[in-house]
Amino acid sequence: MKKSGILPGFGISLGFAVTYLSLIVLIPLSAVFLKTATMHWGRFVETVTSARVMASYRLTFGASFVGAVIDSIFGFIVAWVLARYSFPGKRIADAMVDLPFALPTAVAGISLTSLYAPNGWLGQYLHPLGIDVVFTRVGVVLALTFIGLPFVVRSVQPVIEDLGSDVEEASASLGANSWQTFCRVIFPAVFPALLTGFTLAFARGLGEYGSIIFISGNMPMHTEITSLLIVSKLEQYDFAGATAIASVMLVTSFALLIVINGLQARTRKFEETR
Amino acid sequence: MSIEVRNICKQFGNFTAVDDVSLHVNGGELVALLGPSGSGKTTLLRMIAGLESPDSGTILLNDEDATNHDPARRRVGFVFQHYALFRHMTIFENIAFGLRVQSRKTRLSKADIRDKVSKLLDLVQLERLADHYPNQLSGGQRQRVALARALAVEPKLLLLDEPFGALDAKVRKELRRWLRRLHDEIHIASVFVTHDQEEALEVADRVAVMNHGRLEQVGTPQEVYDNPANAFVYHFLGDVNLFHGRVDSGRARIGAIEIELPGSVSNGDGPALGYARPYEMNVTRDSKDPSAICASVRYVCGVGPIVKLELQNVETGTLLEAELGRRQFAELDLKLGEIVFVSPRNLRVFAEDYSI
Amino acid sequence: MSSSVSSNPVRGRGSAITRWTLICVALLFLIVFLVLPLASVFVEAFAKGWQTYLDSIRDPDALSAIRLTLVASGIAVTLNLIFGLMAAWAISRFSFKGKNLLISLIDLPLAVSPVVSGLIFVLLFGLHGWFGSWLDDHNIRILFAVPGVVLATIFVTFPFVARELIPFMQAQGSDEEEAALVLGASPWRTFFSITLPNIRWSLLYGVILCSARAMGEFGAVSVVSGHIRGETNTLPLHVEILYNEYNFAAAFSVASLLSLVALVTLVAKKIIEEKAGLRGGRA
Repeated sequence: MKKSGILPGFGISLGFAVTYLSLIVLIPLSAVFLKTATMHWGRFVETVTSARVMASYRLTFGASFVGAVIDSIFGFIVAWVLARYSFPGKRIADAMVDLPFALPTAVAGISLTSLYAPNGWLGQYLHPLGIDVVFTRVGVVLALTFIGLPFVVRSVQPVIEDLGSDVEEASASLGANSWQTFCRVIFPAVFPALLTGFTLAFARGLGEYGSIIFISGNMPMHTEITSLLIVSKLEQYDFAGATAIASVMLVTSFALLIVINGLQARTRKFEETR
Repeated sequence: MSIEVRNICKQFGNFTAVDDVSLHVNGGELVALLGPSGSGKTTLLRMIAGLESPDSGTILLNDEDATNHDPARRRVGFVFQHYALFRHMTIFENIAFGLRVQSRKTRLSKADIRDKVSKLLDLVQLERLADHYPNQLSGGQRQRVALARALAVEPKLLLLDEPFGALDAKVRKELRRWLRRLHDEIHIASVFVTHDQEEALEVADRVAVMNHGRLEQVGTPQEVYDNPANAFVYHFLGDVNLFHGRVDSGRARIGAIEIELPGSVSNGDGPALGYARPYEMNVTRDSKDPSAICASVRYVCGVGPIVKLELQNVETGTLLEAELGRRQFAELDLKLGEIVFVSPRNLRVFAEDYSI
Repeated sequence: MSSSVSSNPVRGRGSAITRWTLICVALLFLIVFLVLPLASVFVEAFAKGWQTYLDSIRDPDALSAIRLTLVASGIAVTLNLIFGLMAAWAISRFSFKGKNLLISLIDLPLAVSPVVSGLIFVLLFGLHGWFGSWLDDHNIRILFAVPGVVLATIFVTFPFVARELIPFMQAQGSDEEEAALVLGASPWRTFFSITLPNIRWSLLYGVILCSARAMGEFGAVSVVSGHIRGETNTLPLHVEILYNEYNFAAAFSVASLLSLVALVTLVAKKIIEEKAGLRGGRA
């Protein structure tokens, strides 16, 4: 069972790791499901499918989906440009892609809000066009687009880099034009990684809180995301309700985690053993 | 198709990759571009393919100026060093690719494409692997697929960039012979790049030796080996022994050896280098020849059918290599440390100073 | 005679145009979505001048928020660092049943939404939670106090160091450590002289990611902290409070501190990536 060899420290390292993992992660997480289990089934269903909750699901899933789609399109372009071309400022652009990882979500939230407010740098041009971002669903999508970008870029970039330009040259030498090369050779090879990036951005968007609550206005039934709904219920001491909704979110997240792992395994399937 | 390359130059920044190269390849010929890394051979090949554009000079394919044509227009088949197979497509789809991307007008029917691909799979002996993916194949198999894929579009010209560079020695040797036989069968003008002189000499109809972006010599394998144009070619195509000497009024003095130099080679007095191949060295125990070099046996190594000797010049201390057949060695019965007398049977002298 | 200057492959006529169009689109997108928001933080922070900026940062509540942020991050990073080393050692140097399960479990906190991450500690330590009454009897405050903040921070940043170390140490193999042990080095000696130097860049990378996340965490901490000014507010929470009071200049001033940390993180990341040939780039 254990590869003994001569390396020491198996017992202590594994023991510590498992103990710490249980204390910090497993036991707390199980609290959600155990608490939910004490809830009457009917009550549970009623809570997680009430109108307000359903509206929040629609918004959360919908906005995350749209945000992830936008990220996939532009993220692919950004990844392509970073992987294939050189231009002034490339290293800075490459580092900037990780900004949404590094920047606290609250800071992202307030800066996006001020940027798109009717008197903000960008909002002042959009408002006259009738496009309102702050306190609308558009704002939610915008914030989620910001958050999810690095997931797509960093998933796709290594695959494009790995693809090498000789495959494109081979395609050209066989008579394909640029568009055919893109459709038949490049895109299919990159697609699994793009799908992984999309799913990662989507999953992240589902749980996002800090960057959205400032720009969305948090209007129930309209711009209220599920995370915020949980907080509202907590503030009203409705622990059971909050936990019920949380358990739905957890189950969804875990399901997505499994999907993501499957996708990442599939990406590796086509990798050559050079 | 014939290829004519005239005065091609190519620079990358400050680095001159190809320096005024002119070369002619006849239709149906198999030519090797041979040279060390950085000699410009791959760059030259890519320019013929249209994957790079020359800074100056012309490229003529079948007497037509193709310098500005893109790769697809040149009807060139290119085989890459690392195969460049499309990972997400099966072997069949890889080979069919060039046929499927053709415009509606010239495209073959699905049945015809299937037929053609099957024939090609037979040709490269990979019929059973049509539905496999590249990562399921060995290196040698992948290279054969790359070749079949290039041949599918019936190119007029086949270009191969170090096709066997990434393979094991044994597989390399097999594929080398296989390529030669294939070429004899299909007779397309082909140019391949290699840094392996054995490969070039064995496979090609003609060898073009390149160094530092320049073409040093072009000729049949026999020609470049037996009559190297300069010291570099001599050195690159096999092991050498170096003898230092001087050129003095039309005669070269190498050690105790004096050679008359034909007028075309000698141009004034100066230092000279004499070259002899290890198997052209006479090794005897008797000291009858006054110009023979006295040397001690430093190292004896049997390699298959020949015996390699490392000998040290007793006077100067320089090392010489000699190769003897096994029987010859047995007759001499040499031991380590023994004194023998060495003289080159065939000494080639280049008057210019060549430093390795 | 050809006089083409470019050393790029001869492609279709539109290739240079395509290339620059794509570059422009990409850069425009990055500027609008990433650079502008970042820039706006600093501009708004200084909108009312230097003095207001300094006052906002030197405000006692802000200072205690800084303190709490640093304390919580420091503890979280240290503990998760030790965990990361332990877990990576066990996983990369030994084979045992359930190894893959362990690796998946380590990733769990990443899949949990920040708010839920806070909720679970409420369920454990809140008044009606599992340990609620016990803690109350002993007068120990976890929720709405510093320990709660620290715990929530530990949870959300749990996998970061381990995720960097595990694949790296797996790829590295145990040859060098085995060689050292065979030559007679003690286990601790081997660890400090052989293992640590080898993993230093991955370790540093993981620590940087972990710290950045710890300092910036909002959702989870928001749920457990109770927002008690001067006591249980971290920097991000303080930003929220100031913003909700319409004290925009102050909010952005404090936010600018966090943004500076983010920028330093990005620079450090890039430097390490280039130095060590790493591409960390994961979620």
